[in-house]
Amino acid sequence: MNKLKFILESAIKNNPIFVLLLGMCPTLGTTSSAINGMSMGLATMGVLICSNVAISMLRNVVPDKVRIPAFIVVIASFVTVLQMLLQAYLPALYETLGIFIPLIVVNCILLGRAEAYASKNGVVDSFCDGAGVGLGFTVSLTILGSVRELLGTGRIFDIPVYNEEYGSLVFILAPGAFIVLGLLIAVVNKLKTVK
Amino acid sequence: MLAYISIIITAIFVNNIVFAQFLGICPFLGVSKRLSSAVGMGMAVTFVMAIATAVTYILQMYVLDPLGVSFLQTIAFILVIAALVQVLEIIMKKTMPVLYQALGVFLPLITTNCAVLGVAIQVIQKNMTLAESLVYSVSTALGFTLALIIFAGIREQLALSKVPAAMKGTPIALITAGILAMAFMGFAGIKIA
Repeated sequence: MNKLKFILESAIKNNPIFVLLLGMCPTLGTTSSAINGMSMGLATMGVLICSNVAISMLRNVVPDKVRIPAFIVVIASFVTVLQMLLQAYLPALYETLGIFIPLIVVNCILLGRAEAYASKNGVVDSFCDGAGVGLGFTVSLTILGSVRELLGTGRIFDIPVYNEEYGSLVFILAPGAFIVLGLLIAVVNKLKTVK
Repeated sequence: MLAYISIIITAIFVNNIVFAQFLGICPFLGVSKRLSSAVGMGMAVTFVMAIATAVTYILQMYVLDPLGVSFLQTIAFILVIAALVQVLEIIMKKTMPVLYQALGVFLPLITTNCAVLGVAIQVIQKNMTLAESLVYSVSTALGFTLALIIFAGIREQLALSKVPAAMKGTPIALITAGILAMAFMGFAGIKIA
């Protein structure tokens, strides 16, 4: 029960996108539709959980001086594994996400969690931390993708909501990504002051 | 020659790395509050991106491909870039203290700049020659610098204007970036040869 609370807390209160503003590149680049945003979120979450667990297990083995390069190698290995799995089993998704798959390596959320949490805590806690932060990232990307897809094409997850002719294409394109994310962060800021 | 001009124009304006490709957003939002630091960051990125692309290109062509281990690309590239930034920092400190003074603070930040790794991977994916990839990396970095400088100029003005409390800081910056991206969409469709 406590673990669940911990997971939800890191997903909502310390939401990596809307509160901490980390990992902006994939956030903007892959959320042209709800499903793309969610896939990117899940992919990152998978790598984050694996790297958190691995780094937590290695935390007493790796000397302090070389810890950052060591973390990067661990993260990059899991990204390579993910890259191969996607290429083999979900080639269409691999094509859509494109360059953003290898770029999970330089997502500041991963190195940030490794340094701030996994290198100091036990395996189970690190797993929960990875799951929580990953969940927050996935949910944020899905929300952003849904809003953009809805405004742009009138659909969410390809389910029609209103007539496509009333959609505004700009929300699918690059400017829409910046504008929708800016407005969503403003909404979160507003909600924070209300509480 | 025309091919190179086409690469330059496309990389700077049509396919701008920040506004069209969404790479390097973190430094774009982080170091764009002042015009002077925007210029410094832009120069540092140009410098590192050109060298990193050349080194990773050679690594891919002469080490990873012949050995048949191109699946190690991601790991190899990120390590090379991280090491390269460290080495550059040490060399610059010794031989070019003036330049180091100007760019020093930005160098460590560049390791985690996804634009550098992104461009290194892109030139491999696009099957460019070494000369082409050098031109591409430099002009992409110039596009990044251009975006950063325009954005910093706007943000300096924005700091003085009245903005609703919830929109202060990042939200209004992102919306401004969105409008800028719209302006850059005007370049879309330009084709040279």
